[in-house]
Amino acid sequence: MNDAPNPPRHHPLRRLGALGLLVGAALAAALFLSLLSLPLLSLFLRIPPAELLRRLAAPLVLQALRLSLITSVASTAAVALLGLPLAYLLAMREFTGKRVLSVLIDLPMVLPPTVAGVGLLLAFGRTGLVGAALAPFGVTIPFTMIAVVLAQAFVAGPFFINSARAGFESIDPRYLQAAATLRASPDYVFFRVLVPLCLPALLSGAAMTWARALGEFGATITFAGNLPGQTQTMPLAVYVALQTDLEAAVALSVILVIVAFTLLLILRTLPLRPRR
Amino acid sequence: MVGRGQRKRGDRSTRIRRCLLSLATVFLLFFAHRAQAVDINVFAAASLTEAFGQLARLAEHQHPGWHIDLQFGGSQQLAMQIEQGAPAAVFASADERWMRYLGDRGLLADEPQDFAHNRLVVIVPKANPARIEHIEDLARPGIKLVLGAAAVPVGRYSRDVLANLSGSAAFGPDYREHVLRNVVSEEQEVKGVVAKVELGEADAGIVYGSDVTAKVAGAVRMLPIPEPQNVTATYPIAIVKNAADLSAARAFVALVLSQEGQQVLDSHGLIPASLR
Repeated sequence: MNDAPNPPRHHPLRRLGALGLLVGAALAAALFLSLLSLPLLSLFLRIPPAELLRRLAAPLVLQALRLSLITSVASTAAVALLGLPLAYLLAMREFTGKRVLSVLIDLPMVLPPTVAGVGLLLAFGRTGLVGAALAPFGVTIPFTMIAVVLAQAFVAGPFFINSARAGFESIDPRYLQAAATLRASPDYVFFRVLVPLCLPALLSGAAMTWARALGEFGATITFAGNLPGQTQTMPLAVYVALQTDLEAAVALSVILVIVAFTLLLILRTLPLRPRR
Repeated sequence: MVGRGQRKRGDRSTRIRRCLLSLATVFLLFFAHRAQAVDINVFAAASLTEAFGQLARLAEHQHPGWHIDLQFGGSQQLAMQIEQGAPAAVFASADERWMRYLGDRGLLADEPQDFAHNRLVVIVPKANPARIEHIEDLARPGIKLVLGAAAVPVGRYSRDVLANLSGSAAFGPDYREHVLRNVVSEEQEVKGVVAKVELGEADAGIVYGSDVTAKVAGAVRMLPIPEPQNVTATYPIAIVKNAADLSAARAFVALVLSQEGQQVLDSHGLIPASLR
């Protein structure tokens, strides 16, 4: 093998190899795409559009949809607000325990959401670590919309923080040095230089967090319970419907797919080129 | 050198052969064992968790080679899973509705037989944060009450009890409505209600008498429901049409209905059907 002369650049065999690679790649892509699209297609084929519209008008569906949108937007906003400084710290500073902190932030992505729900109950439940301290003030978190938002923020937070951190890390420090030499104040550098440069990373991180929050199920049902209009988000409504009425579950699922697809598509098509 | 290398290779091939031989033996033993093993999938209402756990151990003890796979859940969920093709051999439901659901769809192999009954109780956490002393207190505004969802057997029975109480002069016609206004979560199986009260997150819940096991009794207090307004839950059992091993499934059902089986149910707080 080693003794064989290298084939010339456009040797037919090599061409054949390239073609084979192309076919293989196309095949792999097609297989993967069918894995993604077949379940979605099956959902849409299962239900006629008229039936879908009829279901959409049902108060239970509208309630769940509204609750899902409100809570997922609220949890994404909370994560963005509280997570931004953390992402900045992780990207720009070196400190002891940084690696442990990073793992801690990743953990909710790996944990089964039900475990997250139990943890949230033991922390913020009425008899929990924090919950017991809040109880005398008449504040109880479980079974409320706040609980839904907390569950979503816990589970979906890492997506934003990691994306924002990667965004900050990718910025050439010379930009920041240049701004500083021009006597820009640190907060000016942060808000007028760093954040605009990282905007695509921040927004895609927020979109991922929002999408994960929209789909949150296990932590929500464990920690926030399941009550239509109060804590029953779309995924919970799908789960409950699946236990008694398959058609209703399909309709709810299709609605959720349409909403998620549309909103993600809008986010992707926003004109967000980094202004370098 | 060459000779030594060959001898070494000879050693290795003997070793590989021996290894393969023992692997084959293990495989043979494994399959011989599997051949005589009988797997019985039993789908049972969540309220049967403790009783059927013991019944399964009893059956496995009586029939060496039997392996009983128990799956517990809300009866509505189990019925839907069986309808969707889950490989159940035996179905034990907490109400007649979900058994009839499968019967109407031709998914049962025999006529369902009632094997047990249950009564409902109100439970409150031992600490009793809402100071609920009588079931009249459930109508007081601000109570956090957890019920089974309406499609879940325990949820339907609970609503029947509330309707019965509303019909009695002592409680008044508004009782049911006031109590239902206090619901903070609708659980998908009775054990979900038990857990929320046990954890002290809910002020009260309605469950089966048999759910207050020795372990649960340490964490909750029981409030009795007046006998005339209480309802009796009826548990039917049947063999599922596509049971893998019909005769084994039949033998398991016979065990549940036998005097020994009924004693097990009795010892776990259920009312044996033979007693009524």
